[in-house]
Parts: sequence; C-alpha cells; structure tokens
Amino acid sequence: MNRQSLQRAAVTAGSSVLAVFVALAISTIVLLVTGKDPVRAFSTLFEAASDTKVLQGTVNRATPLMISAAAVAIGFKMNLFNIGVEGQMRVALLTTAVVGANVNLPPVLHVTLCLLVAMASGAVWAGIAGWLKVKRGVNEVISTIMLNFIALSLVAWAFDDFFREDNNTTTVLVKTKELPRSAWFPDIVDRRLNGMIVVAIVVLLVFWVLVWKTRFGFRLRASGANAGAARATGVHPKRMILISILISGAFAGLVGMRALLGDVHAYQNNLAEQQGFNGIAVALLGRNHPLGIFFAALLFGFLGEASGKLQLEDIPKEIATIMSGIIVLAVVIINEAVKRWNDKRIQRRAAAALEEVPS
Amino acid sequence: MTATLESSTTDRRPMRWSTLSPLRRASLVWLGALLVFSVVRIITNADDLTSSGTISSTMRVATPILLAGLAGLWAERAGIVNIGIEGMMIVGSWCGGYGAWKWGSWAGIALALVGGALVGLVHALATVRFNVDHVVSGIAINILAAGSTEYLSIIFFKGQQGGGESQSPTGKGGYGEFDMPFLAGGRIGSWRSPDILGWLEKKHDVPLLPDLAGFVRGLVSDVYLPTLVAVALVPLSVWVLWRTRFGLRLRSSGESPRAGESLGVPINRLRYQAMVISGSLAAFGGAYLSCVFTSTYRQGQTGGQGYIGLATTIFGNWQPWGVFRGALLFGFPTALKFRDSKNVPALILVAAVAMLLIAVWFVLRKRSVFASGAAAAAICLILAYQVIDEVPSEFVAATPYIVTIVVLAGARQQLRPPAHAGLPYRPGENH
Repeated sequence: MNRQSLQRAAVTAGSSVLAVFVALAISTIVLLVTGKDPVRAFSTLFEAASDTKVLQGTVNRATPLMISAAAVAIGFKMNLFNIGVEGQMRVALLTTAVVGANVNLPPVLHVTLCLLVAMASGAVWAGIAGWLKVKRGVNEVISTIMLNFIALSLVAWAFDDFFREDNNTTTVLVKTKELPRSAWFPDIVDRRLNGMIVVAIVVLLVFWVLVWKTRFGFRLRASGANAGAARATGVHPKRMILISILISGAFAGLVGMRALLGDVHAYQNNLAEQQGFNGIAVALLGRNHPLGIFFAALLFGFLGEASGKLQLEDIPKEIATIMSGIIVLAVVIINEAVKRWNDKRIQRRAAAALEEVPS
Repeated sequence: MTATLESSTTDRRPMRWSTLSPLRRASLVWLGALLVFSVVRIITNADDLTSSGTISSTMRVATPILLAGLAGLWAERAGIVNIGIEGMMIVGSWCGGYGAWKWGSWAGIALALVGGALVGLVHALATVRFNVDHVVSGIAINILAAGSTEYLSIIFFKGQQGGGESQSPTGKGGYGEFDMPFLAGGRIGSWRSPDILGWLEKKHDVPLLPDLAGFVRGLVSDVYLPTLVAVALVPLSVWVLWRTRFGLRLRSSGESPRAGESLGVPINRLRYQAMVISGSLAAFGGAYLSCVFTSTYRQGQTGGQGYIGLATTIFGNWQPWGVFRGALLFGFPTALKFRDSKNVPALILVAAVAMLLIAVWFVLRKRSVFASGAAAAAICLILAYQVIDEVPSEFVAATPYIVTIVVLAGARQQLRPPAHAGLPYRPGENH
C-alpha cells in the first residue's frame, strides 16, 4: 500500500471514529438534559464490555447486521439504494422456514439447502425492484420502500392463512412448523454464540473479493463512480444494475438466518425485525467497506446488547437507538466535511508544489 | 401536467379531451368514478360503499395521509427528497400527545407544528448545508425520531396516570364536530335544519343520485375542524406554489436551482423554509393521529403512513389536488374495512370495472397489447370476485403500495417530478 492510499484510509477511518465521538457527546447532552447521569451510563457501558456474556451477545447481534450491511453496500457501490433489505429478508424468512420444515436431509446438506433457498427467495423479491428499474425506469428507492410494505403484508397473510401451526402447548407465540434438528445452525458456545457469524464473515469476504478483486467488481465500481465513462468502455449498465440488485437480494435473504436457523427454528411474527433497516446504518458507518462494516456491526451489536444493562441503572435503553441515529447522521455529515477539507488540503499542496518549480 | 402528452395522442379523436377546461375534465373524471361505484353498489347490494358514513370516515383516515403527501410535495417541489416524513410524523404524534395531555388538544397540534419544523430544519441542515444524500439523511431522521420519542415517553409518560412506557396519558378536550346546515342536518343555534342529503341518500334503488348525495354529505357531516384545516391546505398550497412569487421561486429551486440562482433567488434559504413547512405538515399529520383520531399517543401509531404519504405525492403527480385524490383513494379501502369488512370485496368489482374502462380507452387509442392486458386483468378480477367472499385485511393494507408501483411502472410518461429533486447542489459551484 503506498503512502497516498494509506493516508486516504486513515482519513476515512478517522472520520468514522470522530462520528462515534460526536454521537457520544450529543448523547451526553441528551442524558444531562433529561436528568440522567451520563458518567454512570458510560461506565456501565464500559463495564459491559468486559462481560463475556455481553460480548457473545454482541457477536450474535452483529451477525445479521454484517450481512444486511453488505447487501446495502453492494448497491451503494454503484449508486443503487436498496432500502428493501427488510422486505427481502422477510420473504426469505418465511420461504426458508416453510421449505426447510418440509424437507428431510442430512445435517450439513439441510442447512446448505436452507441458506440457498433464502438467497434465492431474497434475490427474487429484490429482482422485482431490479426489473422495474431496468425495464420501466422506476426509481429503486421508491420501489423497494413500497415492496417492503407489500412483503410485510404478503408474508403476514401467507403466514396467517396457510403456514401457522396451531399447537396446544403453553407458548403464546404462534409459529410455523418447527425445523427439524438437521436444519439448525450449530452454536459455537451453546445457546450463547451462534455459528452464523462464520457465514457473515464469509459474506463479507465474498463481498470484498467480488467488488475489489474481480472484473465484475471493477465494472460495478466504475458504474458507480462515473456511469457515462463506464458505458463508454463497454459496460452494460442495465445488466450491471440487475446483477447487483440480485446479489444484494441474495445477501438480504441471509440476514434473517441467524434468527431462524440459529435461534427460533421456526417463523414467527416480528422475527429478526428491523435487522434489514439497521444494515443501512451499519453500511454508512462502515463506509461500504467490508472491514469497516465488520467493526461498525460489532459496535451497533454492542450498543444493542449493552443497552439492556442501562435499564438496570434506571437509564432508558432507547438511548442506544438515539445514539445509532446520531451516529448515522454524524458520519455522513463528517464524511462530507472531511472530504471538503481533504480536497482543499490536496489543492493547497498541489499549488505549493507548483510554486516550487522554477519557471 | 398530462395535458401536453394527451393532446398528442388525442388529436385525431372527434371529442377533444385536451380542449376541455381542467375543471370540466376533473368533474367528468369524478362523475365517471361515481358512476362506476354506483353501478357496483347496485350489483353487489353493498349500500355502505358510497354512504356518507363511509365517506366521512374516509376523510378522517385520509387526513394524515393527505398531510404527509403535502409534506412530500412541499419538500420535493423545493428540490429535497423527504424520506423522513415518517419520522416527522412520529415526532408530531408524540408532541401532539404530550401537548394534548398537558394543555389541551389544540395546544397539542401547535406543539407538533413546532416539533415538526425543528426536525424539518435538521433535514434541511444535513441536505442543504452539508450536502448529505437526501435519502440517507431521511433514514437517519426516521431512526432518530423513533428512538427519541421512545426515550422521551419513558421519561415523561411512564408512571403517569393513564400513561406508560409506550403511550401518553389521555389528552384533554376534543374538537368540535361539524355538520353543514340543510345539507347534512347541522344545527343553527338550537334549531336542527332538515337533512336533505341524508334523505336523498336513502333512496338506494336509484342509480347515481344517492351516491352523489352520500359523497357530498360525507364531506360535510361529522367533520372535525382539523380535517377542514387540512383540506383547506390543498387550495392554499396551489395558491402559494403557483400564484405567488415565493412559490415560483420555491419551484425554481426544485426544477433548476442554477437557473434560479442566476436570477438572484436565494435557493438555500428557500429550501430551509420549504423544509420547515414540510416538517410542520408531516407533524400535523402525526398529531392528527394522536390527538384527533384518537386521544392518546401510542408508540408505532403512525404505522408507515409517512411512506403512504410519500406514495401519495408520487401518485398525485406532485400536484396538491392530485395528492388529495391519492389520499382519498388510499384512505377509502381502510375506511371501508373499519366500518364493515364485508363491503371490501365490492372494491374488486370496482377495480374490474375500472380496468374494463381502461381497456376501452386503450382500444380507442389502438394500443391492442395494453387493451388486451387490461381486459385480461378485468376478467381475472371478476373471477376473483366470484370466488372470494372476504378480502384478507393484509391486502387492503398493501393496496396503496401496489397501486403506487403499478402507477410508477405503467404511467411513467405522465408523471412529472420536479427535475432537480434529490440531486446534490451547492450554490456558486457551477459558474
């Protein structure tokens, strides 16, 4: 890595860290104004960081966030905004729960089949938005928002009318038929840390290789950076859009799998809720880079997990949600400010270098 | 809006749709729609389909959607895409609940307007001052609004009489309900005037007349005053945006900010103003939910209506009256479901008849592919009507979104969004 790209990486990482600190500062003000002790809040959070249980929970929570952030980021890389991860995830959840429960296979194959079904169904739902964009020119932001709500209604209807199991056990929650044990994703630490984190890391690796190390990825980034130039070099823009939306949807299908295969083992309402949306925040904080996403997901996972501890100290755990919102806003604002500052810096240095050259 | 496009396709036709005045065109469309509903009502015997009760509850359901749609319209006309409407509505509903509990219902709305304006300013600050992507900022606002209202609820509402972690105590005071004298039997002083439309409405065997009476009576009976205010905002928006200097400049900011800038229009200031208006409108919609429609704030009360509002802005082609139409259209199935879900299947038949009309329209334009598609859809819908005896409520909920996608995919040529909405812009950069 040469000096310039190292500098750029430092600036990028620095602005994300700065955003986190700004968010901490604003949360402090919020806590002070509402009469809560910020020192206690933050020391509680710090203490939580040395608790193994909290850390295991953090990884569990970070798993779906990494995958959904990768789904969002691959779209971002070519200026496509897939807000529909939530809906694609939901469609994939029910499809996989139904298919997985009605198939009998040996353990490894069964899980593999479930993951493949999830990817396929997520991709199909995302494909609708892709088709609308490519064939009918419908903006993907609007269509994926609408498709989210349609998915919500469709899945709720299909669940209620066809797939719910009315069992007479004591549980209040209605679920679909439970997946056979062969479809359960194994835990690393029993009931505490699920193995899906491995899949999440694989997804991030695939994302990295695909976008930065292949010809397809180069074309993808080229289309995002300068669509006109990319087209001039023979990139087929519509095909690129369709393929990247399909990949994004396939990733999105995997988002809910930790909750489905690793935790509940059946579909129920509210399963993995909001995890698709939260991926957007993680992708923004992680600057659409696999490494950044990895750490951002861990941070958000930690905030979510440790906020439970705040409740014990009589501090509403929703402060964690506020923090994530502020982080998103701060990170984009600081990015823009830092970009301007960096541009100016480079311009100044170029000007200085020009003056040194004897005329 | 659609006039320029339709004139090119209808020139050959003897009856020139394009030469009709907008008012006549609008009344023909409304009359046609009413005729369709009237026919379906008589066929299906679903008298509630066009009763004044249904229409007036449609108005109530549609008011927040209308306000959210107007919020989207004001923002996008100034060039800012506002995905944060949902968040602004959430803030509005919280402020409404708080204000109504502390001081009374009108104070709740007033507080909501202030809160919404502030959130609007945050969005403006991010998008205008810092040039953040509009969609990103909107999403951040939605997260932030949900988080902070939950937080504030715990601080202020928890442990109060009737309040809790996720809901406010019951608000004080209501809003006067209003009936128009003579038309809907309203009172003048203590004298109760005759209910002429109510009498007409009961003549169920006649086509069209009771439907018209029901429609008009629905608009003028049991009206909450805030609904009147919301409806009045539609012509007001038309007037301000298309008849004043402020409006012209604001639209220039959405169409071509550089052109506006070169004429000395303060684009950034206008965008801040537009976002204050947009935020207040959305928050008004939220407050309507928490202190008019019900009298408590509940977490999650807005339930995605901000996004329906966004859909309404698109469906209404970025025109205030279009937004009004869209809000009624999207509110209608919900209102019908609230009153009696048995009437909902009749809507399938309405859609079928509408599809048939569209097929005829395409035949007249010699677009055989579209015509046969529409006809096939109509046949499918009629078959569906025969088979189904109850429409699942999930489908009613999904209707606005499906309609929006179909409109976006099918009638894209007729839609004309502000040309510069959502694009990055910094004053003084392109000279």
